[in-house]
Amino acid sequence: MPGTYIPLNYLPVLIILIVATLVGLLPLLLGIILRPKRYYPLKLTPYESGNPPVGEPQSKFSVRFYIIAMLFVVFDVEAVFLYPWAVAYDRIGLYGFIEMIIFIFILLIGYIYVWEKKALEWE
Amino acid sequence: MELNKLDLFSIRLIAPEIILISIALILILLDLVIKRKETIAFVGVLGTLTAAYVNYKLCAMGWTGSTLLGMFAFDGYANFFKLIFYINIILTIFISLRYMVLEEASFGEYYSLILFATSGMMFMASAVDLIVLYVGLELMALSTYILVGITRRQVRSNEAALKYFFLGAFSSAFLLYGISLTYGLTGTTNLKEIASALQNLNLLENPILFLGMILVIAAFGFKIALVPFHMWAPDAYEGAPTSITSFMSIGPKAAAFAALGRVLFDAFGPMHVQWSSILIPLSVITMAAGNIIAIAQTNIKRMLAYSSIAHAGYALLGIIAGTHGGLSSMMNYMAIYAFMNIGAFAVVIMLRSKGFRGEELTDYEGLAKSHPAASALMLIFMFSLTGIPPTAGFIAKFYIFMEAINAGYTPLVIIAVIFSAISAFFYLRVVMYMYMKEPKAHVTLSTSPAIFLTIAVTAAVTLILGLFPSLLVELAKMSIAGF
Amino acid sequence: MLEYTLIPLLPLIAFVINIIFGRNYIKDKAHWVSVPAVIGSFVLAVAAFMDVQSGKVININLYRWIVSGDFNVPIGFLIDPLTAVMLIVVTSISSLIFIYSIGYMHGDKGYYRFFAYLSLFVFSMLTLVMSNNFLLLYFGWEAVGLCSYFLIGFWFDKKSAANAGKKAFIVNRFGDFGFGLGVILVFLTFGSLEYTKVFSDAGSVIGKTISIFGYEVNTITLICLLLFCGAVGKSAQLPLHVWLPDAMEGPTPVSALIHAATMVTAGVFMVARCNPLFSLSHTAMTTVAVVGGVTSIFAASIGLVQNDIKRIIAYSTVSQLGYMFLALGVGAYSAGIFHLYTHAYFKALLFLGSGSVIHALHDEMNIQKMGGLKKYMPVTYWTFIAASLSIAGIPGLAGFFSKDEILWRAYAGGDAGRWLWLLATIAAFMTAFYSFRLIFLTFHGKFRGTHEQEHHLHESPSVMTIPLIFLAIGAVASGWVGIPPLLMEHGDRIGEFLAPVLGPPKGEGSHAEEWMVMGLSVFVGLAGIFTAYIMYLKKTELPYKIGEKFQAVYKLLYNKYWIDELYDKTIVRPVLSVSEKIILGFFDAKIIEGVVNGVPNLIGAFSQRLRKIQTGMLSHYAVAMALGVLVIIGAVIFLK
Repeated sequence: MPGTYIPLNYLPVLIILIVATLVGLLPLLLGIILRPKRYYPLKLTPYESGNPPVGEPQSKFSVRFYIIAMLFVVFDVEAVFLYPWAVAYDRIGLYGFIEMIIFIFILLIGYIYVWEKKALEWE
Repeated sequence: MELNKLDLFSIRLIAPEIILISIALILILLDLVIKRKETIAFVGVLGTLTAAYVNYKLCAMGWTGSTLLGMFAFDGYANFFKLIFYINIILTIFISLRYMVLEEASFGEYYSLILFATSGMMFMASAVDLIVLYVGLELMALSTYILVGITRRQVRSNEAALKYFFLGAFSSAFLLYGISLTYGLTGTTNLKEIASALQNLNLLENPILFLGMILVIAAFGFKIALVPFHMWAPDAYEGAPTSITSFMSIGPKAAAFAALGRVLFDAFGPMHVQWSSILIPLSVITMAAGNIIAIAQTNIKRMLAYSSIAHAGYALLGIIAGTHGGLSSMMNYMAIYAFMNIGAFAVVIMLRSKGFRGEELTDYEGLAKSHPAASALMLIFMFSLTGIPPTAGFIAKFYIFMEAINAGYTPLVIIAVIFSAISAFFYLRVVMYMYMKEPKAHVTLSTSPAIFLTIAVTAAVTLILGLFPSLLVELAKMSIAGF
Repeated sequence: MLEYTLIPLLPLIAFVINIIFGRNYIKDKAHWVSVPAVIGSFVLAVAAFMDVQSGKVININLYRWIVSGDFNVPIGFLIDPLTAVMLIVVTSISSLIFIYSIGYMHGDKGYYRFFAYLSLFVFSMLTLVMSNNFLLLYFGWEAVGLCSYFLIGFWFDKKSAANAGKKAFIVNRFGDFGFGLGVILVFLTFGSLEYTKVFSDAGSVIGKTISIFGYEVNTITLICLLLFCGAVGKSAQLPLHVWLPDAMEGPTPVSALIHAATMVTAGVFMVARCNPLFSLSHTAMTTVAVVGGVTSIFAASIGLVQNDIKRIIAYSTVSQLGYMFLALGVGAYSAGIFHLYTHAYFKALLFLGSGSVIHALHDEMNIQKMGGLKKYMPVTYWTFIAASLSIAGIPGLAGFFSKDEILWRAYAGGDAGRWLWLLATIAAFMTAFYSFRLIFLTFHGKFRGTHEQEHHLHESPSVMTIPLIFLAIGAVASGWVGIPPLLMEHGDRIGEFLAPVLGPPKGEGSHAEEWMVMGLSVFVGLAGIFTAYIMYLKKTELPYKIGEKFQAVYKLLYNKYWIDELYDKTIVRPVLSVSEKIILGFFDAKIIEGVVNGVPNLIGAFSQRLRKIQTGMLSHYAVAMALGVLVIIGAVIFLK
């Protein structure tokens, strides 16, 4: 009943959330606790292999990285959408099929546009 | 939920939106093959006219109802606003043609984005479900962010777009938070069902629901630039290309008013006392800040930005009234405001020429001597924005004040009239500059047949609606009949 | 019946065409747009007149401008006998003056502008007379005023013309303020602005009072006096008459059309239109009669000694308007309208005739520097004579019938009327005197101008003289529709025609008295002419001697009772200095200029400070938004 709703069904999500956090944090914490702490200059360099670092770490990235990243997100979302659609395909039938065609078609136009504008080429 | 039960036939009710989006997609592809931007603009206008015609046909057949599983309403209220949107697209394209070339930002995407933004607005006007409303709002907002920054070589345009984007994202967060609180308490996102849930679940006094409503109001307040959510407006209006300033001051504002009206009347109708008590102080400070700060402006685009804030304050009176009459007077207001404001911006755009911005008030000095026709038209628009009879601006204000008085908000109307009188000060200053000062520099006008047509149409409508207001008033009343 | 809406619309269309295309395309062909339009209006007006004569009253509401609850404002026309007479007067005289202007304004650089404004004026005037409600009346009232200021200041390069336009505007503000209040009071009292409703409900308001600062004032009296304020301004009655003589700075056709025949009579028309209201207030009626009577003799006395040809006629206009108000005030509405109608013809003729003289003398206006023009300008001379005989009240001519009726009604209108009749009769003597003084000085004797001028003396072109001839016919014959029953059974056709609207005239008297009044008026008219003949043709040294002997009186009259100077000292200067100090200093310099120039002041500084909130910093904006929401939430929680 809305208003007094207790999200019992979402309890697994909460458990997963806690477990995932622990899985991420535990090894780091264990490392800090367990590893021996002996520092000397060579050990503190970014690359212990001996390569000296070149330039500032906070240098500007080329704008192309962002474009590529954005395009990646767009088509990634497309792929993510296709997944549940495929799972539920037998229940949504023809309507769902047409719907997805339209969705992909719109992205296709975007793809053509991006291609023609040469946003996919590095130079 | 059985998706197959979606009545495919009822999809026809979103035909205008489908046409508009298809045309927008086609424009993107056309941009790749056609070099002449005028052709793209022409196709855009043609597509808009088609959508408008189909919309008209659907109305004429008397089809009203909802589609998309009851999330999208096709009714008079939405159609009235869509009429404003169609006019907004066409006139914006008309005033853009030559101007965007001057700004060296004549891109095909520009026209496509205008159509995308507008289809977002149309979904907002028709949305009877908070999710559709949100999606429409985002489609509109994202397109507008890009449009504001489309003159990408100008720093102030970039700055405006970035500010608008960040604050817009901020306001979207408000809206989503408000929607989720409302959903959490009522268990639905459908406006009518929210209203019945409010009664059935006895939520009228629920503080959390109240919080949700405040957040929704704040988010729409951002779009219609209510003080204190208006901060983006002057910067974005000034930085955006003037044609987009004109577009933004009408489309998103009208769409947000449409959505706000529908949400407050349909979903939160039983809580009229509560939301009007929030909106009244908002409208007062909006009128106050908008009108008073406008006096200090020396840039006409910025002045018109504050004027647009102030007008939002007046138009809010129609919603505060909480009656159907009030709502229809707000619709009137938006329609009339669209015409007079586009007209004023069209004159501003004409002053822009190669190497000359023409955005400072001082650029208008002595304009009547060198360009009497343009000055006379600007005079009509300024009179109308002030609300001097027999221009349409007077009618807009008159009806909204009258409805507010009828609903018992006389003190509020008195305040509005006082601020309206103050507003005469900065509108008529433009007139004074044009007619009573000696020209300083020689101003050449960048005219084109399209812009000439725009100004002629807007001026004619401003005068005609001033003389025959019933044309519009009756239409608004009719549109709201089944609301 | 809808075609009658074209009567005002035709000139409006002409105005729009001329103002849009005049500058670049039409230029000196502007009359081809305006003249057909106004003649078209005339033809339609005649048709409307026929309709009304056959007993119809046309009252159409075209549409409702604003409908909102109880408040609704219709836009509509009423054509009844009163309107029909006004329509004929306005359109016929406009047509003639438009044609005359083709010749008079030929070659002026503002030719198209002149015809545009003139057309706009005709539209406004026709709207004023055809309106069926007070709001449209008010609109027309203000619009004719606006056109009048434009046209007075038509030659705006000339400083005196620009000042005269300003003066007319400001003086009329006083009257129009009262008029506006009157219209608002009508709406508050009757809940409607439509004539039919207001006039039919007028009876129900008798005896009601309004409390103003503790005084109980009769509502109807107050309404009438406020409306009459407007009439005093527009029709240049005492004490607001000062703008009209100065208005002669405008082109002569404007003086003829606006400042003699039509616009200045709007006040007379309005009072006649509102006769159901005025008739209910004895106080208001007396005020109207006294103002009219006193103005008639006051203005006529000034006219005796002036030397500017147009100003003499202007004072004559003020004086004749006084007659009309006198008639209205004693309840003889139809007599007032009858005089309005005849006066329009002979006064327009006088102005156009003087325009013809001025034209021939290259803008010379001083009659002391004219003379002997009779042989050079025969048409102008003879038409001028016709008009002057008419205004002097010589039997058989138009002015005789209308003036005689006013004098008789005043005489028959009780004790107060008797006194006003006496004033008006003296004024009639003066009228005849100054009219013929003008003629004798201008057309007779020897030419007193320069040789250069004498060399160029010529009759005006036929496009100017033909309107003069038509007007002369009007000046002679237009009175034949109002022959008093004393002379001819059913001779007063105009009175009978107007009776359904204006009612039968009041007052009684014997035939003997009526003969006496008529005889006396004819006698003073002839006496005036004879005196002028003696003084200006026979014993030309006489005026000088009289002027010497009665120097004080002469100076008083010549300086127009020093009214202009009085206003200048008591009103204009104090107001100017106050407004310069306060309004100009505060608003213009400090706010308008100050904001631009950065000079701090109250609102400007406030505004400047407020705009500082707009820092331009994104984070500030976001904080403002968040604070806004928090403040709303806080207010909701704490104020609950």
